[in-house]
Amino acid sequence: MDNCDYFGGTTIIAVEFDGGVVMGADSRTSCRTYVSNRSADKLTRITDHIYCCRSGSASQTQTLANTVAYAMNYYECSMGEPALVRDAAVHFRNKIYDSRQTMMASIIVAGWDRRHGGQVYSVPITGLMVHEPCAVAGSGAAYIQGFVTAHYRPGMQQADTVELVKNAVQLAIQHDCSSGGIVRLGVINEYGMDACVCCDKDPAMVKYANTLLWNLEFGIW
Amino acid sequence: MANDMLTSFGRPRRFYNLMSADLPGTRFPASGITPGSSVLGIRFDGGILVSADTLVTYGNLARYQNVDRVIKISDSVLLGGGGDFADIQSIVRTIDQKIINDHCRDDGASMKPMALVNWLTRLLYGRRSLKQPLKAEIIVAGIEDGCRPYLSAVDARGSPFENYVAASGFARLIAVPLVRERKPIDRDFSLKEASTLIRDCMRILYYRDTRSIAQYTVGICTPDNCSIKGPFKAEENWAIADHVSGY
Repeated sequence: MDNCDYFGGTTIIAVEFDGGVVMGADSRTSCRTYVSNRSADKLTRITDHIYCCRSGSASQTQTLANTVAYAMNYYECSMGEPALVRDAAVHFRNKIYDSRQTMMASIIVAGWDRRHGGQVYSVPITGLMVHEPCAVAGSGAAYIQGFVTAHYRPGMQQADTVELVKNAVQLAIQHDCSSGGIVRLGVINEYGMDACVCCDKDPAMVKYANTLLWNLEFGIW
Repeated sequence: MANDMLTSFGRPRRFYNLMSADLPGTRFPASGITPGSSVLGIRFDGGILVSADTLVTYGNLARYQNVDRVIKISDSVLLGGGGDFADIQSIVRTIDQKIINDHCRDDGASMKPMALVNWLTRLLYGRRSLKQPLKAEIIVAGIEDGCRPYLSAVDARGSPFENYVAASGFARLIAVPLVRERKPIDRDFSLKEASTLIRDCMRILYYRDTRSIAQYTVGICTPDNCSIKGPFKAEENWAIADHVSGY
């Protein structure tokens, strides 16, 4: 995510599986080469069952997500039933398409509804909307497009999909300078959204291992 | 417009004006595309520590992730290379040739860090004046006269900065203030203080610089020992990520 002119310094990914969707994102907000927020949350709630992954200009996408969440909340209160994922995606698409000359926002809308199950809609900066089972976006997406294409299979189970998303974002973080930090994962199914942070490194262990190695090399501590 | 299309047939870049090389009087800026980021040098009472992460980027891609950017020049001189790494390698090749020439002469004289810094300032300033700059940000560390630690930074325009802390890239913005804050007023750092500072600075640089990775090497130069240690891992702590949600 980026606060200055840039093509969305981020990696975001969403994949459908049998029973819901898995979303993943890195946690870096960068301002050219400075990391302004190293623990950002790019998986933003629209409704309890619909979340969006944001990439592009941080301020623009935050405001967009606010607006669409408000509209979906209004819909749910009026109709008395949960909103459809496609409706949220259409809202995003309309706003992005109408202001695409001035906006830099690329969104992946992912969620679960009773009518169609888990769905992923990609709404890039040009303002088109496409339903696809597996979507990546952001600057880091270029480095993992091949990996995701090679490893995605239709009809995967939740565990495999989570592994795919986690590995993909980790690879992107390794190669893309604008993506970094930890992997935020979210699984949305009929019961709602379950978010977690994937951080393989235990800080205490890293510090301990580092201290040992340092002591060995420099003979102090 | 039609004429343009004729002459630019088969050359889409010229038609779309993608590259400045096609404007008269300009050269394609091939330098500066593969830079290394921060290098940090800290002088302590017994010598110098110089550290740099092991990354050379290619635009926005973290392309070369295992590159030693701290280079041992001789038994009393270390060099840390930031800026365009191709230029750094070119400079190191020239310095290595100088070391070999000294060795061949076999008159007991060897390269001293201050002499190297002086030469680098002339080299870099000369290239800058020719408008063919070497985009190299160099940290030179070494032992002068067998006992006195010497640390200096030379920027791409040939300005030297001799101090107890020398840095290039992001380290100049983030690490130098931290080092200055922790400097004892009346004495030099001890090796332990300098080590702690290096580790803290490399951790913060990894957090805050997009063009960095968690792996770094550290060169130490003392009267008895001049070597490159590592690679070490930045001690990253992501516990705060659990407390952030929403945006």
